Amino acid sequence: MPKFESVDHLQQYRRQLQASRDPNQPQVLVCSGPGCLPMGSIEVAAAFREELETNGLKGKVLLKECGCQGLCARAVKVLIRPQEIAYQGVTAEDVPEIVEATLKNGQVVERLIYEHPVTHEKAAFKADIPFYKGQMPIVLRKLDLIDPKSLDDYLALGGYRALRKALTGMSPEDLIDAIEKSGLRGRGGGGFPTGRKWRICQEALSDVKYIICNGDEGDPGAFMDRAVMEGDPHAVLEGMIIGGYAIGAKQGYIYVRHEYPLAVTHLAKAIDQAREYGFLGKNILRSGFDFDIKISRGAGAFVCGEETALIASIEGYIGEPTPRPPYPAENGLFGFPTIINNVETWANVPEIINMGAEWFASIGTENSKGTKVFSLVGAVNQTGLVEVPMGTTLREIVFELGGGLRPDRQFKAVQTGGPSGGCIPEQFLDLPVDYDSLQSVGSIMGSGGMIVMDNTSCVVDVARYFISFLHDESCGKCTPCREGTKHLMHILDEIIAGRGEEGHLALMEELCATMASASICGLGMSAPNPVRSTIKYFHDEYMAHIRDKKCHALVCRPLLKYTIDPETCTGCLACVRECPVGAITGKKKLPQELDQELCVKCGLCYEACQFEAVKVE
Amino acid sequence: MDQPRIDAILSRYEGSSADLIPVLQDIQDQYNYLPKDELKVVAERLHVPMTQIYSVATFFKMFSLIPKGKHQIKVCLGTTCHLRGGVKIVESLGHRLGVEPGYTTKDMKFTLETVGCLGSCAQAPVMMIDDKYFGRAGVDKVPKIIKQFK
Repeated sequence: MPKFESVDHLQQYRRQLQASRDPNQPQVLVCSGPGCLPMGSIEVAAAFREELETNGLKGKVLLKECGCQGLCARAVKVLIRPQEIAYQGVTAEDVPEIVEATLKNGQVVERLIYEHPVTHEKAAFKADIPFYKGQMPIVLRKLDLIDPKSLDDYLALGGYRALRKALTGMSPEDLIDAIEKSGLRGRGGGGFPTGRKWRICQEALSDVKYIICNGDEGDPGAFMDRAVMEGDPHAVLEGMIIGGYAIGAKQGYIYVRHEYPLAVTHLAKAIDQAREYGFLGKNILRSGFDFDIKISRGAGAFVCGEETALIASIEGYIGEPTPRPPYPAENGLFGFPTIINNVETWANVPEIINMGAEWFASIGTENSKGTKVFSLVGAVNQTGLVEVPMGTTLREIVFELGGGLRPDRQFKAVQTGGPSGGCIPEQFLDLPVDYDSLQSVGSIMGSGGMIVMDNTSCVVDVARYFISFLHDESCGKCTPCREGTKHLMHILDEIIAGRGEEGHLALMEELCATMASASICGLGMSAPNPVRSTIKYFHDEYMAHIRDKKCHALVCRPLLKYTIDPETCTGCLACVRECPVGAITGKKKLPQELDQELCVKCGLCYEACQFEAVKVE
Repeated sequence: MDQPRIDAILSRYEGSSADLIPVLQDIQDQYNYLPKDELKVVAERLHVPMTQIYSVATFFKMFSLIPKGKHQIKVCLGTTCHLRGGVKIVESLGHRLGVEPGYTTKDMKFTLETVGCLGSCAQAPVMMIDDKYFGRAGVDKVPKIIKQFK
């Protein structure tokens, strides 16, 4: 392991690394990202290890467990380089066939390649798959190229070149100018101009300053930061080190959510390696600049994604936000000027320094530059992580990259921005997505969660879900948020229970206005968004609940009725075993009966029935 | 109280009050809960009042003042999991194990919890037992999943 004593030493090492690597070396990259891990990627990688060994290919074929390859719907994904054959839905049982056909004989295993959900067109190579075609990966670019546990992989792809450039040819002033000119805005939600934040912090008079990476990705439905921390941890570190140099900080913190144990492992390993190679620690690359990074694990609180709450929690206190100003850039961690940016923002920094601010500013829309990673999930055929230039329309994202919806379903809305965002209806599908356009339709960019809803989702239930989430997560410090979420939830519960009244919508609007103007932090101020946007765009659906006592999406339990069709029921008793209240009775192999008095409408029988004998209306 | 065990945890830290949360995390990880006697030691060494420890221990979801079960079941209730029936999984598990979310089975084997989002949204509904993820975990798959841990 080298400890780089100078920039020349680093360059020399990089050249050697690149020269020693054969671009035609066969490689198997098993996706171990957030989507493939729960589907058995560990078992698939183990099967490859064993199969390569028994076939005498160990050493000849490189096996890597890499970060997210994007198309999570088709987990587990395996990419074979150099041809870039993208296999999908791979299980451990498929591995011997892949080794035999592809790695030994150069043939494609047809049954494991991509098939378009609508046109059924097949594609074997990554470049031909429509999901990848409209994308422009900057932050996600290296995820299917490197082993996140290998710093050499990162270096071979030009890693830490931006740091070298910053330390040798650029002053802190130049760096801040570059970030300002690039137009980069915070990717965590608010969209504050990153360069301006850096400048405020740089100009603050203090010997001690801090850098924080906000990896508390709390928005349900968003997992891009997890994918980056797990799949390309050095990009985050490199961005932070450059940030530290720009503002004159010596210490950085990465605050990672409690729910992301693998991100902690990979970041910790990356930090150790960076210290060993001399990218962290004293006198980095002999520049006279000292910087180190510590990991701070979250302990399970959504509000800690809010910067002042996050800072309080690093200091050892509960995560209660404090009013701003003062902003952390002037008075942050332990009372010192602090820059806090999120994972995706930091990961953009090295590319901006490498490629130049003009390049970055040439991508995107007038006020939103660069790309944005979205986690496209929900009722869409091709779920996964996508990275597109700002200004790409919702229709392109949902229908071209996402491959549309199931043929028997109708599009209802896209929910963006997590609990602080809103539901965007069909009429805005041609909206170019950027910070300002999303705000203009009552939602926000947030961290990039994009949840597609179809006719089986009920917007009243979704509004109630977010409000209940925020009610749970509200720290309780300020009244508008604590009480507002409670009462919104109560009203929504009444509507869902069939006790809705005509005046309820107006009452909720009034509550929302108070919360938005009087809460201390972003959590409370934006908490009304899910309610406001659904009332605005789905008024009829609310009225169906309130006036007709009907939930057409068949979601709101008190408004449903379950029955068992005696014609189709086989008497297998699967529903009887599932029913928590003993409402289903009958003899084995004979049709069952459901007692409406006892039924709590939980729908477990409906889920358990393999014969579609349980009906709901 | 196991003095060497708590000393070993504390010896890894400088002893400043900002170490409170990492120290409590280590205790939670090792003991599966935060025992009162150990917390008194923490208060003394880090010069933090017990009231602050109590406020931190009850604010954050990962901490528990009562022992948790051998296996931690976390059912994701993120937006996508909510839409895909995450609540039904919680109910099915609760019904099978005889516990409400947030509680531990009488035999101390399982603690059933719900979480805001596990970040595997494309495979909704998702649940986790200890460090193992289960994707597309419909109600029909629940019996098979818990059987592995019984």
